[in-house]
Formats: sequence, structure tokens, C-alpha cells
Amino acid sequence: MEVYVLLGFVLILSIYLGLELISKVPSTLHTPLMSGANAISGIALVGALVLSSDTQLQEILALLAITFASINVFGGYLVTNRMLKMFKKK
Amino acid sequence: MDIINNITAFQNVVYIFSSILFISGIKMLGKEDTAVKGNFLSALAMFIAVSVTIINVVNPLIVLIGILIGASIGSLIALRVKMTSIPEMVALFNGFGGLATFFIAWSEFNATPDNVFQYVVIMLTTYIGGVTFSGSIIAYGKLSEKLKIEKNSIITKLFTTLFYLSILFLIYSIGFTQLIVLPTDFFTILLILTLLGGIGFVLPIGGGDMPVVISLLNSFSGIAAAFAGLLLLNNVLIVAGSLVGASGLILTIIMAKAMNRSIGNILFVGYASSSSSSSSQETGEVKPINVSDAYLILENASSVLVIPGYGMAVAQAQHVVRELGELLEENGTEVKYGIHPVAGRMPGHMNVLLAEANVPYDVLVEPDDVNPSMDTVDVAIVIGANDVVNPSATEEPGSPIYGMPIIEVHNARTVFVLKRSMSAGFAGVQNPLFFKQNTRMLFGDAKESIGGLVSEFKE
Repeated sequence: MEVYVLLGFVLILSIYLGLELISKVPSTLHTPLMSGANAISGIALVGALVLSSDTQLQEILALLAITFASINVFGGYLVTNRMLKMFKKK
Repeated sequence: MDIINNITAFQNVVYIFSSILFISGIKMLGKEDTAVKGNFLSALAMFIAVSVTIINVVNPLIVLIGILIGASIGSLIALRVKMTSIPEMVALFNGFGGLATFFIAWSEFNATPDNVFQYVVIMLTTYIGGVTFSGSIIAYGKLSEKLKIEKNSIITKLFTTLFYLSILFLIYSIGFTQLIVLPTDFFTILLILTLLGGIGFVLPIGGGDMPVVISLLNSFSGIAAAFAGLLLLNNVLIVAGSLVGASGLILTIIMAKAMNRSIGNILFVGYASSSSSSSSQETGEVKPINVSDAYLILENASSVLVIPGYGMAVAQAQHVVRELGELLEENGTEVKYGIHPVAGRMPGHMNVLLAEANVPYDVLVEPDDVNPSMDTVDVAIVIGANDVVNPSATEEPGSPIYGMPIIEVHNARTVFVLKRSMSAGFAGVQNPLFFKQNTRMLFGDAKESIGGLVSEFKE
């Protein structure tokens, strides 16, 4: 149980940190921030990698989780990068 | 045994390093000068975290196949997609992230959790991940205009009911079933209800409220990942997921503030029923104008403010708009673009469109920057925007949109409104701007009208 308290602590601190870090974002970056953050949520890939695959169902679920998380990661970062490259100063 | 412990310890150290990179990455992503580098840092963090995890995976074949398929599909979509389809693309990728956490939670349920807390986290992760997925798919359908279902149709009502039912079922599952062992059938019902509930969550929400929904779903996908981290006792999942949750939440709040509505009102009430008072029946003559007269006024203007809205995106007019802007500048006119935070269908939609058309971002201004000096603007050109320039928001306390911060174009010397017809905006509120003394209506397709102005300038 103690480990959950500790991890819950990490969770709360990280959310607070995120709120502080991004509180003032210019509207030009709203879409890239969203898309870039979206790519980060592909971190679920790390979770998908450590899933056990004892049964066939679990194997299928792991494969699906890895595949969709990978689409999120690769697609997310590439699209964000493409978008950011379009933004130019005068 | 020692080796395994060492690997785990090593992985955890690397995860901390990767978390720091994620934090710096997302911080830099929030500033114009460092955004590209920030995105790169976060990609690097992802690469490091994934690489160190791969060291001791149980089933390398599955990992390889999954990553290869995912990487090809993801890259293909990302490199092929047209910049105008960005809103629906973001929604789709977001949904896939949610789906991955949904599968993670499902798999963990089958790994037979050994304590109550794990059951609770599994159900929460399943729910948030699943709702993110099916909700994002509906958002994708709405944004790409493939899905057109009326807000008041039977289907919408059915799914909305399912959404509330799914919440009740989740609460019930968490509250009671954990006391006894959770039967598989029960969990299966939760899986199905979750996916149907996500559909019902987004289906009733209208197009103009999409920026809020997309930001919120973005936040959800992060929170789902963070919860999956709690489930798998993985700190990098928790940190990265929380950052996404926070950034999505900030965007959601910015969007809701820009509409002067609460998040609850946007999600569960909608415009139609949020105010029963009838908006004023502004009567009067609208004053149409044709392209050549508009040209004469523009030619003599010394400052022009362009206010784009969703209509510009629909008409794909951003390139001719940029062309007109350049011609005006050659003519000695100062050109700025007034961007309202909720113009379009996602946060920053107009900024992306104009960037695609090569409009530099430092001529884009926010409402607060431009409103105080509005009376020095000679011509404000409103292109397919409606509610974000509706003066009722400042003048009529009874209006459903009263209090919403707008771009106060009615204070400019002359206003051109480019519009297809006289229909009301998304909020369903008539716009008194169209009847103002200084307003001229330029009816027709925005791309054609602006194109007409461009060719007048070239002659």
C-alpha cells in the first residue's frame, strides 16, 4: 500500500508541475502544444511493453496496446514537428 | 535474481532521467522560440524510456510487430495528412493513446490483481482510456464532417443515456463489487458500457464547442496514462501522463474562459438550453457591398484587421487571405490578424491555418491586444466568424453569449463581414453587428470574394 501513496504523491506533484509550467501559453502554440502533449500521452507504450502475456487474450491485448500506442507516438511527434516548422516570424 | 533487480533499478534511474527530459520538453513547447526543440526533447525522452524498457521484455516478437505496424501507420498518416485536417488528426491520435491504456487495463484485469486498490485503478483506467478512445473517434467524425447527427435526434439521446448509465455502473463497480471478487462478466459489461458511454459523452456537443472537448479529451488521455502508471507501478508513465493531463486541463480552461462559460455548461447543457431569454430581434437594413466598392475602401485604408473564423477554414480561404494581406501591405496598409481563442474547431485552429499559408505569427494578435485600439482600425474584415465578433456579448445582458470576451470589431471605422447568408452563428444568436451603421455585408463564398479583391488590387 505504501508504494501507492508514494506514486500518488508523484502523480499530484507532476500535475502541479505541469500546471505551473504551461500556465501562460501563447495562442499560436495552442495546437502544437496539444498535439505535442498528445504524443507524450503515447508513453502508454512503455506500459504496453511490460504487460505479461500468459494467455492468448493477454498476448492479443499487448499487441494491440503496443500498436495503437506506437501510432500515437510516431504520428503525434511527426505531426507536431511538421506543424511547428510552418510557424515563421516575420 | 540479482541481475533482474539490477536491471529494474537501472530502468528506474533512466526513467527519472527521461521524466526530466519530458518536463523540459513540455516547458519549451510552450514558448515560440523553443517549441521545435521542446518537441524534439520530448521525443528523445520517449525514445530513451522505450529503449530501456525493451531490454527485458517478455515477448520480443509481439513488441517488434506492434511497434513496426504502429510506426508505419502513424508516420504515414502524419506525413500524408493535409494541414487543414489537423484537428481531426489530433483527435484520432489522441483516441489511439486512450485505446492503448484501455487495453493495458483490460490485460491487467486478466493478470488477476491481488488487492482492492488495483481493482479500483483498473476500472478507472479502463473507463478514462475507453471514453477517451470512443469520444475521440466521435470528435474525429464531427471534425472531418463525416458524422452528422442532430443534437436532438433519438440516437444522440440514446447514447447520452448510455453515458450516464456508464458512469453509474462505474461508481457501482468501484463501490460494491470490489468487496467480493470481481466476476469477468461484470468487467465485460464495464468494457462495453465504457466505449458506448464515450460516444454519448461527445455526441451531443456541438461543433463550436469542439475546442473545449478536444482539449479535455487530450487531458483525459494523459490522465489515463498516469493511472496506467499507478497500475504498473511505473513512474515515467505517471510523470509524463500527468504533464499531458495538466496541459490539456489548462487548454480546456483557456477555451472555456474564452467563451465565458463553465466547463460543465459546455459539456452537459449546450447553448440552446443555457438561456431561455430571447435575444433581441434587431431589425434594420443590412447594407450589402460588392467587391469593387470594397476594394475602393480597402485601397484607402491605412490599417486593416482581419478576423478569421471557422468559415475561412471551410472555404479554404487562408491562402487568398494571405495574398490580400501582402497586397495591402505593398499598398502601405498595416495588416494584422485578430485571433479569438475559440475561433475554429480546436485550440489555435486559425493560427495553424494562417501558418500554413505563410502568415508570420507575429502579426497575429489576441483580443486583449487589439480591442483597446480598435477605433484606430480603418477596416475590420470578418471572414466566416460570427459569435466571436457578436456585440451582444458586451451590449445585451439578456443574450446567451453575454459576457463572452469578443473581438470588438463594431468599434472599428468600417466592418466588412464576409458571409454566405444571414444565418445565425453556432450559438444560434442573431448578430446585431450585421445591422450596425458601419457594417457592410459582402455576401458569397469567402474564397471567391477575397479572390475578387485580390484581382482588383492586381489590376
